[in-house]
Amino acid sequence: MHELSIVMSILDIADKESERNHASGIEEIELDIGELSGIDLNAFDFAWQQAIKSTKLENAARKINHIEGEGKCMDCETVFMMHNLYDSCPNCGDHFINIQKGKELRVRSLTIN
Amino acid sequence: MCATCGCDSNASTSIQQIGEHHHHDHSHSHSQNKTMIAVEKDVLHENNLLAQRNRGYFDAKNILALNLVSSPGSGKTSLLEKTLTDLRDQFSFYVIEGDQQTTRDADRIHATGTKVSQINTGKGCHLDAHMIFHAVQGMKPKENSILFIENVGNLVCPAMFDLGEKERVVIISVTEGDDKPIKYPDMFHTSTLCIINKIDLLPYVPFSMEKVKDYAKQVNPNLEFIELSCTTGQGLQNWYEWIKEKVLVETEA
Repeated sequence: MHELSIVMSILDIADKESERNHASGIEEIELDIGELSGIDLNAFDFAWQQAIKSTKLENAARKINHIEGEGKCMDCETVFMMHNLYDSCPNCGDHFINIQKGKELRVRSLTIN
Repeated sequence: MCATCGCDSNASTSIQQIGEHHHHDHSHSHSQNKTMIAVEKDVLHENNLLAQRNRGYFDAKNILALNLVSSPGSGKTSLLEKTLTDLRDQFSFYVIEGDQQTTRDADRIHATGTKVSQINTGKGCHLDAHMIFHAVQGMKPKENSILFIENVGNLVCPAMFDLGEKERVVIISVTEGDDKPIKYPDMFHTSTLCIINKIDLLPYVPFSMEKVKDYAKQVNPNLEFIELSCTTGQGLQNWYEWIKEKVLVETEA
């Protein structure tokens, strides 16, 4: 359940950013969460609902950009969709993969008022 | 508020030096127009900054910091007890123990004569760089030493949190089953060494050494393996050699 720590870090970022911009409230928070980031979305949702109570994000809309995994084979340079860390290159079967997308876990934007 | 890192106090995490009378009671954690702000900030940004800060400290003092991760009961503490006892004449060791509750592990380490700090995470399922930062502050490890960080027993959550370690060592015991690397890929993906423990029990459990390595290499083709048993001592020498190699690299750098 490390998702709770993740949600707490997001709250922290939202707090600091809104304070720095003298916001009175947060209307929307936009997150990027990659498929290979190690986040279980059900656990994340559960943690989110609990953690945002009585915070600036309590009434904010949450937008999640789900980013699909993409790997590039270090051997034959094939670029392919990667859904698991153990996926092999569909062209040559190699496991030496450079993960290009899908590890994202970031707060992209805040809409404040 | 902590002056060094600006954290607020937090009731759930506590750090204590084992075997010292001085009680450090200071516990922490990280602690009307519509405008869109582009934040573009990594969620783990704060943790990663502190991890790099820890790493810089370790590098400057030539401290080899190893983060030991595994499921509960795979033998992390037993491996440490053996290592600290067998190599005590060759290196100075420090240990940070992470558990949700109790000082049982730290007491075991303390009994070997090693300086140890216990972090109790309360309900927390992993250590983070901030906890290590404060544990190290209290511990003041000497130069040219080895710091073992025994993470909370959990094969999932500690994977995402960089502590500032030099190497991450994942431990799996043969009683856990050979499919763990693909069931819990993140941990194997982020580790550099995989210790396969309790090999004295191989005759009694359905565990294929070939399969576990094959699965682990699918997740992380660069992963190294050491097979050992803390009970019989078989393979421990390879682990000690691995540590010595890492220390040597550190000294030359």
